[in-house]
Amino acid sequence: MDILTRRRFLLASGVAGAGALAAGATAYGLSDLFDTAGDRDPQARTLVLVTLYGGNDGLNTVVPYADPAYQDARPELAYSADEVKRLDDRVGLNPALGGLHRLFGDGRLAIVRGVGYPTPDRSHFRSMDIWQTARPDRPEQTGWLGRWLDGVGGDPRLAVSFEPTLPPLLAGARSAGAAVPVTERKARRPVGDQTLAKLAVAEPGEPAGQARAAACFADLRAVDAMITEVRDAAAADEADDGGTDERPAATATGGARSALAAQLDLVAECVEAGVSSRVFSVSLGGFDTHADEKQLQAILLGQLDKALTAFVDRMAGTEAGRKVVVAVYSEFGRRVRANASDGTDHGTASDVFLLGAGVRGGLHGEPPDLTRLDDGDLRFTTDFRDVYASLLERVLDTDPEQVLAGWRGRLDAVLT
Amino acid sequence: MVDRDAVVHLLRRATFGPTAAEVDAAERAGLAGTLDRLLAPVGADPGAAATPAPDLGADPYAGIGKDSSREQRQQAQKQRAEQARGLVDWWLDRMVAAEHQLTEKLVFFWHGHWATSVRKVRSAQLMLGQLDTFRRYGRGPFEELVRAMVRDPALILWLDGQKNSRTAPNENLARELMELFTLGIGHYTEAHVKAGARALTGWQVDRRTGKARFVRRRHDPAEKTILGRTEAFDADSYARLLAARPESAAFVAARLWARFAGTDVPPPEPLSGANGGTIEVLRAVLTAPSFAQTRGGLVKQPVEWAVGAMRQLGIRPGKLPDQQRRELVNRLAGMDQVPLRPPSVGGWPAGPAWLTTSSLQSRMRLAALLANAAPAELTRRLAAAPRDDRPAALARLLVVDRWTPRTRAALTPLADDPRRLLVAGLVSPEYTVC
Repeated sequence: MDILTRRRFLLASGVAGAGALAAGATAYGLSDLFDTAGDRDPQARTLVLVTLYGGNDGLNTVVPYADPAYQDARPELAYSADEVKRLDDRVGLNPALGGLHRLFGDGRLAIVRGVGYPTPDRSHFRSMDIWQTARPDRPEQTGWLGRWLDGVGGDPRLAVSFEPTLPPLLAGARSAGAAVPVTERKARRPVGDQTLAKLAVAEPGEPAGQARAAACFADLRAVDAMITEVRDAAAADEADDGGTDERPAATATGGARSALAAQLDLVAECVEAGVSSRVFSVSLGGFDTHADEKQLQAILLGQLDKALTAFVDRMAGTEAGRKVVVAVYSEFGRRVRANASDGTDHGTASDVFLLGAGVRGGLHGEPPDLTRLDDGDLRFTTDFRDVYASLLERVLDTDPEQVLAGWRGRLDAVLT
Repeated sequence: MVDRDAVVHLLRRATFGPTAAEVDAAERAGLAGTLDRLLAPVGADPGAAATPAPDLGADPYAGIGKDSSREQRQQAQKQRAEQARGLVDWWLDRMVAAEHQLTEKLVFFWHGHWATSVRKVRSAQLMLGQLDTFRRYGRGPFEELVRAMVRDPALILWLDGQKNSRTAPNENLARELMELFTLGIGHYTEAHVKAGARALTGWQVDRRTGKARFVRRRHDPAEKTILGRTEAFDADSYARLLAARPESAAFVAARLWARFAGTDVPPPEPLSGANGGTIEVLRAVLTAPSFAQTRGGLVKQPVEWAVGAMRQLGIRPGKLPDQQRRELVNRLAGMDQVPLRPPSVGGWPAGPAWLTTSSLQSRMRLAALLANAAPAELTRRLAAAPRDDRPAALARLLVVDRWTPRTRAALTPLADDPRRLLVAGLVSPEYTVC
């Protein structure tokens, strides 16, 4: 409750981050500095960011089933009033989202409508870059949560991804989040800890890539320590479920290969063990439904629904879990009109889902008007930076303007 | 000595990873001679001849029809997956064995550029066909490559060209063709994407023959306006239009510069001015005065790292026992780079994105596998050096210019155990970059 208490950590970190880092320096050293931050403020919230790679079709996720313009634009793809899980007399959820429908009914799911950005870009890569860097106006080298990480000192353990390659959103200018594999949790290291420690030392004047490679050894040791603690804490009741790694089908647009559920399981363990991480990035790929969309999207949404609801329900069971906020987004929605391959091409605005601590359930923001399109696409009604700003301010106790280049918009009604 | 530095730098960039013997030979041949031999190798490549492409036969799924049973389908899918795995194994073996290293590395470059994944194409035959296209057209004029690629069956399947028809245009291939393969983002509009998709209509892949064919009734023969030109574009004329744009030459030259020189030092102007084909652009990259300043600035891609290590350690992946070969590919997957399986049509990342705690763990395990697979003769030679000289012997073996005091401090205590020494050298920060 005491915002000053929660900010104490951040202020201290910011000072260190600004002073201690020279050009080309890396996370090494700061990890040691912030080992002490492991005793996290019990009031601090945690952000779990779920990225749906490929461009999830928002109109078939939160379905405006009663809108004749929707039914007309995609007769083969549209869901009827009988099929959807109704939210009100105008919109309903995709039939695969039964669990989220229940959470909505309980007032625990907030759906922000029509989220996008000006002059939408229909390239997956550019649009995903825009979402991950939060800079629609120009190319940017750092991710929005990477900049946040820079500001809080750069300890990679504060922002963790369970994907093999670091998502750009966790890459800062001076630091980067930790990428921790879901599989191979325990295995004997072929390189002893003493060698790891020696290779972790930064050398003055070495090339940036080489310095980053050395810093990886430091990061790995820091993450090791954290994971070991988590494992020990969870060891008592951890039943090995055999690691059901149901890999989604190949896609042309990226995304994690591990099941979302497996990633969220690990997040849950970390949260319950009280690790110092404030941000977790997880993902599900395969949403680029240019063809035969209906069935494919239903499978993917089913995976999302199952994984998310299990996670949210589990989180509701512990004090630490009740401090978690989940945000779900994709790089764009899809064209309103179906193409003739029973799919949809790249579109624009879509919905963002928010769940968890302090989230006011319900439908928020203005749904885009299906009869007032911009060259066949929806016009966005809420800027995605409003969502980010609220997450930074309310969940991560950070001044959003520093991370979001002075952005002032907020989503005040959704997060308390 | 300056010349030796330049030769070593050139070899590290133009090959997957030079052996100490190759460095010695190149030093004798001189910088210019080495460059010529890399860019225009003379005669047949005995290494390539020793690793012929697998004879895959027909797509196992080609015989599957409406009447096929569930078991037959599953069997065919299984065979397909085995063939795809076998093709990855073969290519890794070829990368190690090829003596015309730059030729092979350029194929890998184009694979990353036109990033197509067997996970959706699902046919080893078609993936191999695409690699053949890179071999045939990848050295010459870009136009010929683009014209071949818009008719490439694997690319068509990968980007839904299969579904693109006059009555049902599908924009996927046209968009990526302009954004990722030719012009680069920002040099076309949404209207051009739509018109480009119409130009590409009509090309269909016949899964049974593995060929792409033009189906006239699916093609949109009407006029289209693309990049200011209005005509009845088809795939070929659209490809020629794109390839002839100066933005395409600049875009591809920048991609070559990024992969062979790096992104820290800007490419010299006019890198793209070199006419005559990709090999000439590559020559311009490798001879640019600023190329020397890029040393140490590239993070090796995982495949480059692993293939280079295998070349230097004398390991042929094709001769590894099955289980180790599978582990090799699994570890590459852990580092997020398996040939024929790029993560997306955008290809693989570059630079520090490869350097994560997660990939480091896979790299350490793969380093251990390789150190154990290295021939005993190699570890004997390392051990034959006086104890204090072993880190230097390791640097020579791995073609590392010099160890920093940091890494020397890590290596020195391991000097009595050549295999552990090897592992530490392979995962060292110095060996991570080139």
